[in-house]
Amino acid sequence: MPDMNEDPPDLEDALLRRSTRTAAPAVIRSGREVMSVELALTVFRQMLRTRALEERSIKMSKSGEAYFWIGGPGEEAFNVCLGLQVHKGRGPAHDYLHLHYRNAGVMLAMGMPMIDHTRQLAMRATDTHSRGRNFVGHYSIPAWNVVPVTSVIEVQFAMAPGTALVQKRHGQKNPLEAEGITIVVGGEAGTAEGDFETCLNWSTRPDNELPVLMLVANNRYGISTDLDTVHAHRPIADRGIPYGVRNETIDGNDPVATWNAIDRAMRYCRRERKPFLLEAMVSRLHGHSSSSGAQRNWTETDPLATFEQKLIDFGAIDTATVRALKEEAKKEADDAVVRTMKEAEPTRDDVYAFTYAPSAVDAVYPNDFTGLPEARN
Amino acid sequence: MANMAQAVRMALHYGEKHLGVTDVFGEDVGPPLGGVFTATQGLKTAWNTPLGERGILGAAMGIAYAGGRPVCEIQFCDYAFNVLDMFKIAGNQRWVGAGGFDMPIVVMTPNGAGIRGSVYHSHSFEGWASRLPGWKIVMPSNALDAYGLVLAAIKDPNPVLVLLPKALLRQKDTRLIPGEPADADELSRMIDAPVGDRANWEPQWPELEDHTVKIGEAALVREGTAGTVVSYGRPLPLCVQAADELAREHGSTFDVIDLRSIFPYDWGMISRSVLKTGRVLIVNEDTEVTNFGEHLLRRVIDEHFYDLVVRPRTLMGKHVPGIGMNQNYELNSVPQLGDIRAALWDLATEAA
Repeated sequence: MPDMNEDPPDLEDALLRRSTRTAAPAVIRSGREVMSVELALTVFRQMLRTRALEERSIKMSKSGEAYFWIGGPGEEAFNVCLGLQVHKGRGPAHDYLHLHYRNAGVMLAMGMPMIDHTRQLAMRATDTHSRGRNFVGHYSIPAWNVVPVTSVIEVQFAMAPGTALVQKRHGQKNPLEAEGITIVVGGEAGTAEGDFETCLNWSTRPDNELPVLMLVANNRYGISTDLDTVHAHRPIADRGIPYGVRNETIDGNDPVATWNAIDRAMRYCRRERKPFLLEAMVSRLHGHSSSSGAQRNWTETDPLATFEQKLIDFGAIDTATVRALKEEAKKEADDAVVRTMKEAEPTRDDVYAFTYAPSAVDAVYPNDFTGLPEARN
Repeated sequence: MANMAQAVRMALHYGEKHLGVTDVFGEDVGPPLGGVFTATQGLKTAWNTPLGERGILGAAMGIAYAGGRPVCEIQFCDYAFNVLDMFKIAGNQRWVGAGGFDMPIVVMTPNGAGIRGSVYHSHSFEGWASRLPGWKIVMPSNALDAYGLVLAAIKDPNPVLVLLPKALLRQKDTRLIPGEPADADELSRMIDAPVGDRANWEPQWPELEDHTVKIGEAALVREGTAGTVVSYGRPLPLCVQAADELAREHGSTFDVIDLRSIFPYDWGMISRSVLKTGRVLIVNEDTEVTNFGEHLLRRVIDEHFYDLVVRPRTLMGKHVPGIGMNQNYELNSVPQLGDIRAALWDLATEAA
């Protein structure tokens, strides 16, 4: 009996799920949008890896290997299409990422190994994001300009104009490094916070517009609260209108549409050095977090299953390959967990570490915080 | 002879010129006003923000992430309450990110009562600020220290909150900042923006020199034997005046400690003085319930209980919702010279 939280095995319908096409296609289509098969398969594989990691993560939270789980199953199409298009690197010539806690797919697509996720989930000392201090999915990667994710909703939208301001100036001084943008991601519920408005306002000061790509993953719920009961029945993207911010609402469950929409929005931010507000309608397949049980909600559209079917329909992949990819992704996640659980936990000696950067002008804490100020001689 | 607002302005100029300050910003911080207390007039990197404290602190964090060195201002500390969570986050970024990102930001904000600021321009913030681990918090009581502490705040690669006592921003120091012209009028002609149209005005900055007051180092501004008074910010000059009066009139001398840094505080200086006098009074103008002075009192009791000869005590602001506009409210809720003098006298004369 498979775990009720996992996708059902597709052994039995393998024969039915074969395309009638005779030649491999060059592109996958979705309405007017197109994506090369090569890219589609890359996106699909990263979506599969993300799903495998999320499902393994939920198991960890239920098995006692970890406590709290939160993540983004149902947002794989959106996250992977974003992560694969980030200009990755350190400093203002590259993109800054102000993420929220449903972006595992972004990080895997950018090349983060799964174990960097499971180490945080299992609160290991080897957790490079937070040394076992923060919830899972609260990444921090200086080498990739991924600033620490907070659980406090929407504050990242108040910070985003700051990195974008430095990037805009950097580009004006260094024309060859003028395409770095700031990418800020949140959910639709968080747009009720003033910080969302702050981002729109601060990114559109006359003659000081900022290259901020504002992304709203709209899963229609804030924990248990239905968006339709607490927000006007208008797209979140409309909130850009009074500021003159270009905006679009897309089906974030459709990787072809999502890839192209992110591509267009990014090009605009990179070249025009102005903000763009993109709202992606996504699914929430396991509820808000482990606090609400993290059970699979089978009534929501599954972007992975629909993309899989689409790729099969187009003759871009067959079920045997899909199965092999799924097994490979599951094994990758399992291996990461096995390795993680053998690693050390933080100890009493870690409690104060990294509070302060070393300072030549601090008489009490020249190196780091060491407890309450002591009498010195 | 600079006043504290001029000293801050000169420190920021020094920061722009020598320490890599990239941005000085906040509400009305840029031209034409240059700050509601004139502390940011004439600065090269000063700019005006939208009226939003969350954007101000958020932008400072973003600028710091991207390699800038921002100094931002919350116009009055009374307006910092809507951004407490972001203060919290700025303070935890390094710790929570396992040392990945430093957070070299400076936030300045006017603090306390004394300018007839009524209910919403008279709060004290140091008690709240002391509950923000990861931050360093300083509060000068004179212009020279303001210069030195702002330089330290800029040099320190951690978030530093500079609380400026509103009532002292116009107080002239008797000492000169290194490089400052000796004539106060000349300084004013050089760096104070003219009243009226100032569109074409540019400051003539003196050739200022480094003068850094290390964070965590208090100043022993009076030495004595009858007791120890620990204070900072606005009440500090009153403590000095009270101690001088008691010395002159009664021959009772006091150690007067200007803490200068709220966190980290100079425990060594407090500890040595308490060991010497056995009598300690802690004075500040913040409301008295869960006041930072209570933390100092706790440490005095924990570590010097058997060294004390009389009970240790505090003199703090009354636990009232605000400072009322009529002066009688402030006079009767914030420690005044007479209150401090009486408390010092009691401290010195209580039988051991």
